[in-house]
Amino acid sequence: MKNNKISGAEAVIRCLLEEGVDLVYGYPGGAIMPVYDELYKFQDQLQHVLVRHEQGATHAAQGFARATGKVGVAIATSGPGATNLVTGIADAQIDSTPMVCITGQVGKHLLGSDAFQETDIIGISTPVTKWNYQITEASEIPEIIAKAFYIARSGRPGPVLIDITKNAQFDEIEFSYKKCTGIRSYNPKPTLDLEKVKEAAELINTAKKPFIIFGQGIILGEAEALLKELVEKSGIPAAWTILGLSALPTDHPLNVGMVGMHGNYGPNVLTNECDVLIALGMRFDDRVTGNLATYAKQAKVIHLEIDSAEIDKNVKTTVAVLADVKESLTALLPLIKNNSHESWHNEFKEKYEIELEAVINDELKPKKEGISMGETIEMINKHSKGDAIMVSDVGQHQMFACRYAKFNSTKSNVTSGGLGTMGFALPAAIGAKMGMPDREVVAIIGDGGFQMTIQELGTIFQTKVPVKIVVLNNEFLGMVRQWQQLFFDKRYASTEMINPNFIAIAEGYYIKAKKVTKREDLDAAVAEMMASKESYFLEVMVEKENNVFPMIPTGASVSDIRLS
Amino acid sequence: MENKTFTISVYSENNVGLLNRISGIFLKRHINILSLNVSESEIENVSRFIIVVNTTEKWVQNIVGQIEKQIEVIKAFYHVDEETIFLENALFKIEASLLFDEKQIQNIIKESHSEIVTVARDFFVISKSGQRAEIESLYEKLKPFGIMQFVRSGRISVSKAKMEISTLLEELS
Repeated sequence: MKNNKISGAEAVIRCLLEEGVDLVYGYPGGAIMPVYDELYKFQDQLQHVLVRHEQGATHAAQGFARATGKVGVAIATSGPGATNLVTGIADAQIDSTPMVCITGQVGKHLLGSDAFQETDIIGISTPVTKWNYQITEASEIPEIIAKAFYIARSGRPGPVLIDITKNAQFDEIEFSYKKCTGIRSYNPKPTLDLEKVKEAAELINTAKKPFIIFGQGIILGEAEALLKELVEKSGIPAAWTILGLSALPTDHPLNVGMVGMHGNYGPNVLTNECDVLIALGMRFDDRVTGNLATYAKQAKVIHLEIDSAEIDKNVKTTVAVLADVKESLTALLPLIKNNSHESWHNEFKEKYEIELEAVINDELKPKKEGISMGETIEMINKHSKGDAIMVSDVGQHQMFACRYAKFNSTKSNVTSGGLGTMGFALPAAIGAKMGMPDREVVAIIGDGGFQMTIQELGTIFQTKVPVKIVVLNNEFLGMVRQWQQLFFDKRYASTEMINPNFIAIAEGYYIKAKKVTKREDLDAAVAEMMASKESYFLEVMVEKENNVFPMIPTGASVSDIRLS
Repeated sequence: MENKTFTISVYSENNVGLLNRISGIFLKRHINILSLNVSESEIENVSRFIIVVNTTEKWVQNIVGQIEKQIEVIKAFYHVDEETIFLENALFKIEASLLFDEKQIQNIIKESHSEIVTVARDFFVISKSGQRAEIESLYEKLKPFGIMQFVRSGRISVSKAKMEISTLLEELS
């Protein structure tokens, strides 16, 4: 009889193929070598992208997941390889990004012995994973990896870490694979309560000043078309959280902008004037709500949410609809009456005029000599026509990017929202571009964050992935500097950056590079970048001490948003 | 909102690492666990955690939500003391001679409804089940005679209301 046995390491690869994975990010090392040996053998079916640091592998996997909606995969060795994944895992956890991380581990007989490159990655990753598991026998591999993918992508998605001891990679098993379809202790799809949907519809239909805030749940639940239909049928003004951006086209007439700390003036102020607040797939993060004690107290709150732990966590709801947002919106839509809410909508327009006058015009058409971040984003809009995926890092440039970017379609905004991970964008852009090769991918990064994962230029060079990289260089850690200016009497403690020659660095990696210091050169440079078939690095020297406004200072009410 | 004592009950799969995952939820919120007990439950292969904390109802709701969200947790509840039957166990190790020399000790044992579980040449052991205050009172009474060792278990409790776990599990499987 033929021996059907394969090694645990080969089983890992076959499991990945069974799950439809054709691209993984990672970095080899001692405890994961058997898996890498199989990656070598399977390279025609499964592409492995060698990053330059394991953190880059997680962010690339996240970028891939956010742009495609599929599960991203990152692989690392034990010890430092595993610990280097932690930032990306924490980021994926708080931003609900489906990701499976596979780490090697020392042999089972060495566990707990402080062996070379042994670290308790299960213990370390527990608080920042949706689930994790240590495999110590090869026979566990198919079932556990099947569970890992099921858990990562179902319900409210999140990261899963699977740690595999070296003996389990070497040992042989009879391989058979069965996709996971359910776990008895885990209910990713709560049953929709139609009574709640009726109550929600009743509130919406009788509201005089209803207001929608949508979050990433719309994108994760693939409910973009339903959201658009709801907004258009009900005539309700809709604003987005940073992760909800691009779920509704930015130029949609009922899209009124961003809520939160650096969001738009109208949506923030009018949160405290609406009579019914409809929260769709969002979690009332503190950056969205400001002071909870003064947040939307006048409003009845409807919350459509898949995660029961989020309901009533921060904001008390009047009607909570616990279900997959696609399912609940499908049930809700037929019950919603046509409306236009014109006078209410005019209030948003009036507030927008105020913001235009006080903030936006100065940002997009600056009178100062220096280039502004906002006008750079506008220039990218002009050339991308709103069709590019924008991957932003963390800081002032991120806020400008999210405030001013134009998007026609969903899954276009990839950014680190909840964790605020500087260094996210460069590797995430690699993942986004590889996942969506037909779309233009532009990374917008500050000079600080760029240097946190700058080594991934090496990955771009080696894989020739044609991402466009824009560094908005103000020679400051701008967001912290802004806070120091406003709240710490301009004591700029460790926020000024003496930067290297970024162009030389990019060119050192054989990436086409250009630096813009004058406004008149910006248009042509962005045009050249967008037209490039290869990766392209554009450094834009921007005004050093510009601030992002509007702004809700920490602990203040959304009503007290500052325009200057 | 005022702080109160809550008993959190968690029904879960019996897996390595779950205790760590659950205790982390308290750690993250800087909440001290007053008592913790893990055992089998009335259902085969299902573990039951009994966790006692002192916090606000808002926090305990939030914590139970986060616990229940863990993949391997089947169901979590919280109760106030009035809603449960609960007790703790304590063991007192005392020098053997005292049992014979100090008549009063025998009275203390009788009055406190505790029992002697073993008598050896050098020591004897008293076991007491009951609420915290009863155990503390016994401790105070025995203390003057000298306690060689003392240990008290975490709270164990059952709810007065029915727990719908079995039916829930049937529906799931």
